[in-house]
Amino acid sequence: MKIGVLAVQGAFAEHIAALRQLGAAAVPVRLPGDLTGLDGLVIPGGESTSISRLMATYNLARPVKDLAGNGFPVFGTCAGMILLAKKSSDSDVTPLGVMDIAVRRNAFGRQKDSFETELTIPVLGEKPFPAVFIRAPVIGQVYNGVEVLARLDDGTSVAVRQGRLLASAFHPELTADLRFHKYFLDLVAESR
Amino acid sequence: METGTWKVKAGLAQMLKGGVIMDVINVEQAKIAQEAGACAVMALERVPADIRAAGGVARMADPTIIEAIMKAVSIPVMAKCRIGHFVEAQVLQAIGVDYIDESEVLTPADESHHVWKHSFKVPFVCGCRDLGEALRRIGEGAAMIRTKGEAGTGNIVEAVRHMRAVMDGIRKLVSTPEEELMAVAKELAAPFELVAEMQRTGKLPVVNFAAGGVATPADAALMMQLGADGVFVGSGIFKSSDPAARAAAVVRATTHYQDPAIIAEVSKNLGQAMPGLDIKQIPTAELLAPRGW
Repeated sequence: MKIGVLAVQGAFAEHIAALRQLGAAAVPVRLPGDLTGLDGLVIPGGESTSISRLMATYNLARPVKDLAGNGFPVFGTCAGMILLAKKSSDSDVTPLGVMDIAVRRNAFGRQKDSFETELTIPVLGEKPFPAVFIRAPVIGQVYNGVEVLARLDDGTSVAVRQGRLLASAFHPELTADLRFHKYFLDLVAESR
Repeated sequence: METGTWKVKAGLAQMLKGGVIMDVINVEQAKIAQEAGACAVMALERVPADIRAAGGVARMADPTIIEAIMKAVSIPVMAKCRIGHFVEAQVLQAIGVDYIDESEVLTPADESHHVWKHSFKVPFVCGCRDLGEALRRIGEGAAMIRTKGEAGTGNIVEAVRHMRAVMDGIRKLVSTPEEELMAVAKELAAPFELVAEMQRTGKLPVVNFAAGGVATPADAALMMQLGADGVFVGSGIFKSSDPAARAAAVVRATTHYQDPAIIAEVSKNLGQAMPGLDIKQIPTAELLAPRGW
């Protein structure tokens, strides 16, 4: 299984390491040609404004949007989730608009409000999942059969799935718990 | 829910990787930086080249400027405090900046002690010239490291020296047998636990950016190829003749640092780079990198 990790800016090396630990062939994607022959794509955490601009500059936005719109598996974390969304609260970012969610950027505030918590994520099993939220967005609204996979105690949606698109407001790539990446690889395997 | 943990402090630096952090002195510059694809900005009253030219005592910026920049952009905003000036750091934390740079570019407030950074919720980045200095700062709680280089010179030579020194230190440490680690820790003047951890993992426990002298897209790519996780550009953008174009070019060269054809393309028609200084012509007393220890 060959998974691309968008590597224009952000924590792409962490995703590549996690995917390789699970036995997948993970490769960085910096130019449109790098998308050839992939079974799935990860859009990492990073600065969504930088990633959004660099994707546009190097003609990555269009092909990634087309892939994601046609059932190709894509997993977005934090900034990656913002990019997958149909709507973003922030005009600085142009999302790809492929997932039926509306997101609010920096929803918890600035860095001093970044936090760690444990989440119950039923699809990953009973053991709580360590979730790191860094200047994180949240999912304000979901439409058209988007499945909410995880919520904070106050009910805020922080992880969702729609078909083969997967998104989390937190960073599974920053912890040693590989279950979220495994869940994505299972989804990729089903789609092959 | 726990805020201000080591994981979220070091984690924000991980989110900045592969990106460019630009010095800005007003809202207009901050917007240009964000538009060009900067992953964060450093809010200042003056860029290092002007601080160097002005001489005298350089202090933390007026909070008004920092707050205006925080309102104007959605990317993270960093600000500098003087080495050892923990009250300036408290002020920056109270304002709510996303990262504090305890910086040798400002005039040190304490020649013996740096800020004890573990007691802050906001993360710190600190400068270093070699592995020992990097590990001393991490020991005090820095969640991100950068080379010092020689700020405000537009001359990459010191940044290269410092990055090579850090990388060389790591390479030597990895091949050091366990029984020699204590002697290495003594030689580096670094905390033993961090030395032992690095010998096992083979890498710094935090993100390491390059800083101090980056003026061109090729300078940025050079630092990335030498092993930097990302790049700070201080005076290099807004002391050049076409800041918007140069800023975008440096961002692209940082992403595509392994692709000389792209670096060539983005290096075209950028106008004049910032005026450069020969390090050897700078009087020793005016060098910034030896500040701190």
